[in-house]
Amino acid sequence: MAQTAPTDRNVRQASGLARVTWRPSWAWLGVLPFFAFIGAFLIWPAAEIVVLSFLDGRGQPTLQNVRDLGQPFIVTSYIYTIELSAVTALLGGLAGFLLAYAVTSAGMPRWIRAAVLSFSGVASNFAGIPLAFAFIATLGQLGLVTQGLRQVGISLYPTFSLYSFWGLALTYIYFQIPLMVLIMAPALDGLRREWREAAESLGASPWQYWRRVGFPILLPSLLGTMVLLFGNAFGAHATAFALTGGGSQASVVTILIGAQLSSDAFSNPGLGNALALGMIVIMGLTITLYTWLQRLAERWLQR
Amino acid sequence: MRRASYWSWLWLALGSLYFALPLLATLQFSLLAKKGEIGLTAYASVFRDSGFAASFAFSFQTALATILVSALLIVPTTYWVHLRLPELRPLIEFLTLLPFVVPAVVLVFGLARSYNRTPLTDSHGGLHVLLIAAYVVLSFPYMYRAVDTGLRAINVRALTEAAQSLGAGWPTILFRVIFPNVFVALLSGAFVTFAIVMGEFTIAALLAQPAFGPYINLLSSSKVYEPSALAVVSFALTWASIGLLQWLSRGVGQGKMQNARCKMQDARCKRGSDAVS
Repeated sequence: MAQTAPTDRNVRQASGLARVTWRPSWAWLGVLPFFAFIGAFLIWPAAEIVVLSFLDGRGQPTLQNVRDLGQPFIVTSYIYTIELSAVTALLGGLAGFLLAYAVTSAGMPRWIRAAVLSFSGVASNFAGIPLAFAFIATLGQLGLVTQGLRQVGISLYPTFSLYSFWGLALTYIYFQIPLMVLIMAPALDGLRREWREAAESLGASPWQYWRRVGFPILLPSLLGTMVLLFGNAFGAHATAFALTGGGSQASVVTILIGAQLSSDAFSNPGLGNALALGMIVIMGLTITLYTWLQRLAERWLQR
Repeated sequence: MRRASYWSWLWLALGSLYFALPLLATLQFSLLAKKGEIGLTAYASVFRDSGFAASFAFSFQTALATILVSALLIVPTTYWVHLRLPELRPLIEFLTLLPFVVPAVVLVFGLARSYNRTPLTDSHGGLHVLLIAAYVVLSFPYMYRAVDTGLRAINVRALTEAAQSLGAGWPTILFRVIFPNVFVALLSGAFVTFAIVMGEFTIAALLAQPAFGPYINLLSSSKVYEPSALAVVSFALTWASIGLLQWLSRGVGQGKMQNARCKMQDARCKRGSDAVS
C-alpha cells in the first residue's frame, strides 16, 4: 500500500516532466465548430432522451417510464419489430450473400459486377415512401404480380397481404439485400485465391473448401453484416409508415415514437422518451456487436 | 480462367427478377392513368401540380444548404485533424458513425424535445433550420468518410507548408489549396447527401416541413397513379445523382476512388472496404 501511494518526490518529478513537454496549444480550437455542432444537434438531444426517460412530469427521478414499457402493446411492438428486423436481416443477408458470391465469382463478366454493385449503391438508399409505392404497384391488390398471378388462377389475397408482417418483410428485404452485397463483395474479394488453390491441390472438393476454409473465414463478417442489417431494419420508419399508413394497428416501434411526437397532446411524454431510449439501447448494442465482429473478420481478410 | 458456375447465374437471375419487378410495376402503373391506354397522363398531372414544384424546390434548397453547411464543417475539421490532431481521429470517426446508432425518428424526437419552446421550434424558419441541422448530422458519415479518403490521397503537410512559405494565411490555405484538392471526394459525399435529403420523409414530416418526401406521401392519400409517377421521378433522380458520382470519380486515381466510392455509397460498408485496402 505504502509503495503505491505517490510520494512528494514522485509527484514533483512527474509534473516536472509534464512542464517540459506541455506547450500551450490552441490547436483544439480548430475542431471546436464541429464538436459544438454535433454536440448541439446529436449528443445533447440523445442525452436529453436518456435523462428525461428517468424523470417524471415534475422533474423528479423515477423508474415509472421504463416500467411503463412493460405495457402489452409496447412489448408486442418491440417483439414485432425485433422479429421483422431479424427475419429481414437473415433472409436479406442470405440472399445478399448469394448475390455477392455470384458477382464476385471468377469468370463473371466485369460489367455485370460493376452494374450490380452500383445498383446496390442506389437501392440501399431506396428505403422510404417511393419503395413502398413500388411494392404497392407490384404486390398490392391491383399490383402487377398480383394481377398476373390472378390470370393464371392463383389469388394472393386474402392469404397474403402487403400490409401484413410478410408483406412488410418482403419490402424491407429490398433495401437489405443491396447493403449486404455492398459489404460482402469486398469481403469475398478478400478471400485469397491461394487458399482455394491450396485446398484444391490437397484434393478438396468445392464443398469441402467452402465448409472448411471459405465459410469459417467469412463467418465473422457474415454475422457482423447481418447484425448491421438488423439495425438497419430496426431504425426504418418511412417504409413502414407508407405501407401501414401510420395507423395504430401498425406495431413497428419507430411508428409508435413518431406517433408520440406528432400527436398534439403529449399524453405521456415520459413514455415517448422511454420508447426512444429502448431504441437507442438496442441500436447501441447492435453497433457494438457489429464493431466487435468486424474486428474479428479483419484478422483474416487484411491484405 | 475458371468459368462462372451455373449457380452464380441462377442467383444473379433470381436477384435481377426480384429487383426489376417492383421497378417495372411502378413504371407500368404510372403509365395507366388514362383508362385503357398507356400514356403520360399521370406525369403531366404531376408536373402541373403546384405542390410538386414547391416541395421539390424546397427539398432542393434544403439539400444544397445541407451540403454547404456539412462541407464547411467537415473539410476544415478533417484537414485540421490530419494536420495537427491525429490523436482525435478515432473520436471523430466514432462521432460521425453515431447517426447510425440514433435512427432518424429518434433524432427528430430528441431535437423536438431539446429545443421545445425555443425560437428553433416556435417559428417556421426555425423549424427549417432545425431540419437542415438534422440533415447535416445525417450527412456526416458519408461526408466525413469521403473527405477523409480524399485527404489521405494528398500530402496535407507538404501542401500546407508550401502554401505557408509563399505567405498564405489559413483562409487562403483552406479555400484555395485544400478545398480544390478534395473537391471530387467532396462531390461524391455531396451526391449521396443530395439523394438522401431529396427522398427523406421521417424528419421532414415530423417537423411539419413542406418537403418532397411528405408531399409524395400526401399525394398518395388523394391520387392513385400520380404517386407511382412521382416514385419513378424520384428513382430517376437518385439514379442520376449516383450515376453522376460514378462518372465524376472515374479517372481520378482508379484504385483509390474505387475504395472511396464504396465508402461513399454506403459509409456502413466502410469496414468491409478497409479490409481490402
